[in-house]
Amino acid sequence: MDTFYTDLLCIGAGLAGERVAVEAASRGFDSICLSIVPPRRSHSSAAQGGMQAALGNACMGEGDCPDVHFADTVKGSDWGCDQEVARLFAETAPIAVREMAHWGIPWNRVVPGTGTFYKGGKEYQKIEKKEKEGFITARDFGGTAKWRTCYTSDGTGHTLLFTMDNQVVKLGVKVHDRVEAVALIHDGQRCFGAVARCLKTGKLRVYLAKATLVATGGYGRLYRETTNAVICDGSGAILALKTGIVPVGNPEAVQFHPTGIVPTSILVTEGCRGDGGTLKDVDGKRFMDTYEPEKQELASRDVVSRWMTHHIREGKGVKSPYGDHLWLDIRHLGERHIKTKLREVDEICREFLGVDPVTQMIPVRPAQHYSMGGVRTNRDGAAYGLDGLFSAGEGACWDMHGLNRLGGNSLAETIVAGRIVGEKVADYLDGCEVTFKTELVRDFVRQEEEIISRLMAGKDGRENVYDVRNAMQDVMMDYVGIFRNATDLRHAVVQLQEIHERAKKVGLRSSSPGANPELALGMRIKGMVRLALCVAYAAEQRTESRGAHAREDYPERNDRDWLKRTLATWKEGDDLPTLNFEPNSQVWEIPPGQRGYGVSKIIPSEDPSVVGNGEASKAQEVPEVCKTPETPETN
Amino acid sequence: MGRQLKFNIFRYNPEDPKSVPHMESFDLEETEAMTLYIALNRLREEQDPSLQFDFMCRAGICGSCAMMINGRPDLACHTKTKNLPDEINLMPLPVFKLIGDLSVDSGTWFRAMNEKVQSWVHTDKPFDPNAEEEPMDNQLAEEIYELERCVECGCCVAACGKANMREDFMGAAAFNRIARFMMDPRDERTGTEYFEVVGNEEGIFGCLGLLGCEDVCPKEIPLQDQLGMLRRKMGWQSIRHLFSRLLPD
Ligand SMILES: Cc1cc2nc3c(=O)[nH]c(=O)nc-3n(C[C@H](O)[C@H](O)[C@H](O)COP(=O)(O)OP(=O)(O)OC[C@H]3O[C@@H](n4cnc5c(N)ncnc54)[C@H](O)[C@@H]3O)c2cc1C
Ligand code: SF4
Ligand code: SF4
Ligand code: FES
Repeated sequence: MDTFYTDLLCIGAGLAGERVAVEAASRGFDSICLSIVPPRRSHSSAAQGGMQAALGNACMGEGDCPDVHFADTVKGSDWGCDQEVARLFAETAPIAVREMAHWGIPWNRVVPGTGTFYKGGKEYQKIEKKEKEGFITARDFGGTAKWRTCYTSDGTGHTLLFTMDNQVVKLGVKVHDRVEAVALIHDGQRCFGAVARCLKTGKLRVYLAKATLVATGGYGRLYRETTNAVICDGSGAILALKTGIVPVGNPEAVQFHPTGIVPTSILVTEGCRGDGGTLKDVDGKRFMDTYEPEKQELASRDVVSRWMTHHIREGKGVKSPYGDHLWLDIRHLGERHIKTKLREVDEICREFLGVDPVTQMIPVRPAQHYSMGGVRTNRDGAAYGLDGLFSAGEGACWDMHGLNRLGGNSLAETIVAGRIVGEKVADYLDGCEVTFKTELVRDFVRQEEEIISRLMAGKDGRENVYDVRNAMQDVMMDYVGIFRNATDLRHAVVQLQEIHERAKKVGLRSSSPGANPELALGMRIKGMVRLALCVAYAAEQRTESRGAHAREDYPERNDRDWLKRTLATWKEGDDLPTLNFEPNSQVWEIPPGQRGYGVSKIIPSEDPSVVGNGEASKAQEVPEVCKTPETPETN
Repeated sequence: MGRQLKFNIFRYNPEDPKSVPHMESFDLEETEAMTLYIALNRLREEQDPSLQFDFMCRAGICGSCAMMINGRPDLACHTKTKNLPDEINLMPLPVFKLIGDLSVDSGTWFRAMNEKVQSWVHTDKPFDPNAEEEPMDNQLAEEIYELERCVECGCCVAACGKANMREDFMGAAAFNRIARFMMDPRDERTGTEYFEVVGNEEGIFGCLGLLGCEDVCPKEIPLQDQLGMLRRKMGWQSIRHLFSRLLPD
């Protein structure tokens, strides 16, 4: 058995995993990153639009500062986030962006003088200041009071990941690509690394580490329609559930993106609407201006996704062989703008749809997009339940997003959390000694060997792994989607429990040695269905609407009973997760209030430590810091 | 009824002692808006679950899925079947080490490339977390981005006659990477330092200049311009190199 020893094992080599490894390596610690794909192909590379940081260089971002960014993030989370974490995040984001500039990101920069921009299909003028020339500029993204999203054309994730991996190469951090972690090694108290499977040879390996980080990204592939890459199976959360100890925080918090193209659900960036793109229906008419007169197409993405689904349900969708959809119109932005600022979008439309966005509208509908839930950690990134285990990025529930994350805040999270958690991991490693018990390691390896041989031999049954996965994805899409209600969710839980039984009986059709893609999925499928059950069951329990979690039968946000976070664990042998709850936040810098977008009735909190002075009614008012400041629009 | 497509796919599993390299044929009915991503996944799920190939983003962004499609390297996920004939031949990329069937080990190759060209900004300036960023002209930022768009798919390497002949040839993606850093004022490397990396037969002087690389780049990166620029600059460097050896210090 190949065994590797290291100070830090990073499971995941996307932005978050690599940023943590870079921090540890620059403090002199040895680290190894694992990744299912070559690191530069990690899902982070697919992010287009940009990342938020309150630099305030662009004229439309004037007066921006971490306070405003913090307030936007808290509002965006629908008061579901940990406010201490959100504060830490907003304060660190500008540093993280500048550090990436130092490492070589070609951020777009301020060009002084008059320029035009579009909002809601209308043209406006703006004047960039001479003294800001050449500083990092920003674009508009949904749910923010200021233009705050820093970008490189629309390949921001790509440049960030390449630049991060450049640092990894520079520092000599080892990346073992095409290696998939399949189980955490632990004794119920402490984590010692992981058992992994090499996807080149198919062989099992052991990684023993003083500290282990889970940075495996999201779980979009639980759904049939998702903008996520094909490997976003929620591995990290599955690894956590498998321990029986480490909880997954807020699994029910799943975000849908308004603009996945039809078919294939490839994302076209929110930047389209930020730059002035509009949504239209079967009659070629806009509708967001009626539903959301203030923010229109730029209301936060859960709000836009919901109105789109609502509008389709009202019969206003465009019929197609792939189901009903709506239109995204960016034609008025003009050829030059589309070909320079929205280049990737232009490519996607032409290459995957045969649509020219300069002259034609783009068929879109909401698709799963982001997983707010993940391995629950404290503010240092240390996972609950096991010493020596950390988590960061989309795979973690750190929890700055609460029940809804803002566009541009997740790329920012990966490098900000990566930086902060990286420091904490390095502190942890300082003087850390650990002894590895060979017997324990052997047991974990044996378990995996057993799983493999049973699957290969079909000892438990002959269920087709792809059928099981497809059944799960259909249930999630149809019953645990954008609009949720008790009947659908109950149906989903029951169905998923049946699918869970089927997942236990999977047997492979192929027996080829080596990577064997069917085996890789076979080893993951039971965990995926369990995670899906966590999402559905937690969604059923949460009897309120908050952020991306919209219950038709409980339309109000219930601050009295639900200012809390779900913690899901799985006891082996059970057919449902165990749910516990904890308060969202210890600190209430901004007491719960109105977001300013989306229809929201609120059942106020009566907890004086939340609303301050016991005046519950105050919570209904928008705190000063949250009010959307007037944007300096000329024209 | 859609067209009946015939896929001839290269099969070989180096991990299986019984496996020998061969071509295997599969039939599949074409559906509307079908791409090779959709087609190959259907083949795996419906006909042969052991079929190996790589997809990640399925959106032409990550560079995972390059393969030889009817003799030409391209990204499978953005290749629409309607632009292909009824018979479709799929082979793995040459040059890279084969993992199995259509899957090759481009990760190891590109990591080595990145190490060789030292693909990072070389600077002695420490990062000051309290300082504002250094200003940069937006035009320049966009020009750097233009070259930064390479997704390391390997198409240019697969199409390169020289890389197919000579294992240590650096290839167009490496030249493009060097050009990207030469353009970046944050990188303090001198001409001589770049020369040491590419001013040789493995590097730009070994390039045949036939531009098979530019023709196949799915990101349409202007490789020709970068190769020309490097050849000129490195040509100069080699003359200076020669002189400095002839002249006493
Ligand atoms: C299409 C799209 C566009 C987006 N655009 C934006 C945007 O404009 N702005 C923004 O802020 N956010 C955006 N996001 C979200 C953002 O890109 C992600 O949240 C973020 O990149 C996640 O980074 P990460 O490092 O946490 O995970 P990832 O980049 O997903 O990396 C996960 C890593 O873990 C590895 N891995 C997974 N499981 C295992 C395992 N079992 N063993 C070993 N390795 C494993 C993978 O190989 C990979 O290296 C977008 C997301 C999508 C889907
Ligand atoms: S021009 Fe040079 S790099 Fe490009 S294909 Fe020819 S030999 Fe290879
Ligand atoms: S230069 Fe083009 S063809 Fe070559 S690896 Fe980069 S993207 Fe692929
Ligand atoms: S799968 Fe990412 S480029 Fe084809």
